Amino acid sequence: MSTLRARAIELKPGLLPATVRSVWPLVAGIGIALTLQFFAKPVIGDFYAKVLLDIGTSIILAVSLTMVNGFTGQFSIGHAAFMMVGGYVSGGIVYYGSLLLFGDVDMAGGLVSSMIEGRDVPLVTRGDALFAVSLVAGGLAAALCGYVVGLPSLRLKGDYLAIVTLGFGEIVRVLIQSQTGDVLYTVEEMKERPFVGIAQMFTTPSDEWVTPIVLSLGGALGFSGLPFYSSLFWVFLGVGITLLVAYRLKESATGRAFLSIREDEIASEAMGVNTTQFKVRAFVIAAFFAGVAGGLFAHSIGVQLNPGELGFLKSFDIIIMVVLGGLGSISGAAIAAAIVTILPELLRNPAPLLKVWPVFAGLAALLLIATVFAAATGRRTRPLIAWLCIVLALLGLGFGARAAAAAGHNLGDYRMILFALALILMMILRPQGLFGVREIWDRSLWRGIAESLRAPAKKGGTSR
Amino acid sequence: MEKFLQTLIDALAVGSLYALIALGYTMVYGILKFINFAHSDVFVLGAWISFLVAVAAGWGDHVSAGDPGRTWILWVLWAATAAAAVSAAAEFGAWKRRHPGDPFVLNRTRFAGVLVLVAVWGWAAFGLAKMAGLVKVWGDNGLFSGLLILLCAMTTCGLVGFVLERLAYKPLRKAPRLNVLITAIGVSLLLQNLGQLQEMFGTRPQRMPTLLPTDQPLATIANVKIMPVDVIGAATAIALMFLLDFLVHRTKFGRSMRAVSYNPTTASLMGIPVDRVISVTFVIGAALAAAAGFLYGQKYPGLNQAAAAVWVLLGLKAFVAAVVGGIGNIRGAMLGGILIGLLEFFGAAYVSAAMRDVYVFSLLILVLLVRPSGILGRPMLEKV
Repeated sequence: MSTLRARAIELKPGLLPATVRSVWPLVAGIGIALTLQFFAKPVIGDFYAKVLLDIGTSIILAVSLTMVNGFTGQFSIGHAAFMMVGGYVSGGIVYYGSLLLFGDVDMAGGLVSSMIEGRDVPLVTRGDALFAVSLVAGGLAAALCGYVVGLPSLRLKGDYLAIVTLGFGEIVRVLIQSQTGDVLYTVEEMKERPFVGIAQMFTTPSDEWVTPIVLSLGGALGFSGLPFYSSLFWVFLGVGITLLVAYRLKESATGRAFLSIREDEIASEAMGVNTTQFKVRAFVIAAFFAGVAGGLFAHSIGVQLNPGELGFLKSFDIIIMVVLGGLGSISGAAIAAAIVTILPELLRNPAPLLKVWPVFAGLAALLLIATVFAAATGRRTRPLIAWLCIVLALLGLGFGARAAAAAGHNLGDYRMILFALALILMMILRPQGLFGVREIWDRSLWRGIAESLRAPAKKGGTSR
Repeated sequence: MEKFLQTLIDALAVGSLYALIALGYTMVYGILKFINFAHSDVFVLGAWISFLVAVAAGWGDHVSAGDPGRTWILWVLWAATAAAAVSAAAEFGAWKRRHPGDPFVLNRTRFAGVLVLVAVWGWAAFGLAKMAGLVKVWGDNGLFSGLLILLCAMTTCGLVGFVLERLAYKPLRKAPRLNVLITAIGVSLLLQNLGQLQEMFGTRPQRMPTLLPTDQPLATIANVKIMPVDVIGAATAIALMFLLDFLVHRTKFGRSMRAVSYNPTTASLMGIPVDRVISVTFVIGAALAAAAGFLYGQKYPGLNQAAAAVWVLLGLKAFVAAVVGGIGNIRGAMLGGILIGLLEFFGAAYVSAAMRDVYVFSLLILVLLVRPSGILGRPMLEKV
């Protein structure tokens, strides 16, 4: 009969297994990221490499928002603001840091941070180190903003908190948009400027003030000239770390406190959870990852960091991913992020969709037969019919794309309409999102689906 | 003094429009407790429909007046009007069948309905005459054509609001509020992108035909010209607000609206048709937004494409007005709208024009921190 303490010591894993257990996902993540960077990119081609890059950024954003909206149940609709803060801080550090340190911003990165094939550069350079530092700095700056935004949750709940986050996002956007400092191009220009403008307020008359470096970010025109450092390696390293942190957070004591706040704030407070502190903590963690994603976004190829693009429509995009995936499901958010990112591209260029449409046709026929069979034998048919509808919709999309292409239209013109319709239908037909609060590897999810398919149509109630 | 007066006029003119839009937000929030993000798109729709009607009919000072490519919209509208009239007649017939022998008593609600029908029919008849080339001189009178366009935009958007509520929001009556919010975002995206289609309004910005003279001020006070568009716009907005206030606080229907917003379940137990009340609320909100869209287009004729961020920002400011005044409170929304207008225009004129949106959202956060229920709102109790 051992005491509790003795048993705890007995059950405690050794140093080496514990280290291995905590480190292997990270090692695996780095391995996957490197594989994607050096082996997958030549296979899938430039276009899909870029799509994959966007998917990675979206996954980081969606999973980070899951921590606030999904775990903690606080509705934040200003997530793009954190992204913007992170992007601008990271971009500023990389751009002006490269100017100061290397004298030039043009592609100081090595092979790990390049989306272009066959460049004659070493694997890792100083530029990469600067980029990594800037990502962390951007994340920290965003986390600071997250702290500021999280504080009102002291007083506000539900919709009101959502409105505050929206207002915060708009304020950040307008502040960046309305500053007028053009991006500087040379070190000489930089030397004429103060770093922070506060000192000149006291030393020079106001009509001689010049825009300090920290405010020379391009204003409404956008921050041009950022080097394209975001590669599959960096983005999927970020994805790996984000997923890992999110998963471990969900399983930790902190995560359980988050979940308890989501389920019932008053009850969790009665159980001794400091709800305010945990809400702020959720905001800070989520904002950090959003800031990192912003840094990655800012340095993506084909992107110019522009405050106009990171308004609350961007926040809505992220919310849509989270809700489609299921509030509280990490894997759901990640998968939905991938779908939401890839779907408009597929609709813009539906050739791959057209190639696979016979598969959909076959699936639809099979499901139709299954539905008829199930209806004939008295099984519950509603979920089957829902699936049938989805498949038919996809089929219709395929046919529509063919017809549109034949008529000289591009389905891409209608992609946002289809997307909006899909969103509304999703909310009506499966309001809990793809996975609900469960993860894709939870067997209960699949068991629930299987049961809903097997269950006899006794009560004729709604399917879950 | 001159600057002050000019700013005041602009602030009041635009503020009353914010108030009109805010009413739609606040009514929907008061009843369904969700932020109808699609409301700002209904506002945009109102502006664009009035543009289409004005151009198709050849009213105002539009350069390509009477654009024949756009006349189809008139046909669609007349078809809709005729359909509405036919269905109203069918409804009346059904009522007669249900109540055989009862004389048709003209109470206040029915009287209002008849008024609307007469107005709509008048519009349709006028349109047909216009189409046949019988009328020209009426269209040159800015007030008259403006009234017709206003009616047209309001009825169309009311119809759109009705359809949206029935198709998108009604199936979600029992769903969590977050889902309804997402649906509203989806509806907003849908409207924006439908509006951007080449077959609809296209992606090019257009110029709204101005119906009221822009070179003859009504009066000049201290070198400040008071334009007819400001006065008539603000007067229309205020008249509509008084009408709504009367409807909500003085009529039987308004009482049922307030009952539903207080507690839908109990209201339905008292025999109030909750779904119908919600539908009508949406229709009224959409019609008011459409009126605001038309009046805004008259004040600022540069009409942005339907998905432009400018529109969304305008809608957001109106929403801020609703929150500042106390969301769910109709008089609060009016007050908030005027307040936001004053803040924005005076801030832009006297502090910094680039930061005009910052003031509005800062006020929002300030109000929410100090008095989350808004100026006129009642604090909500949290129930376990």
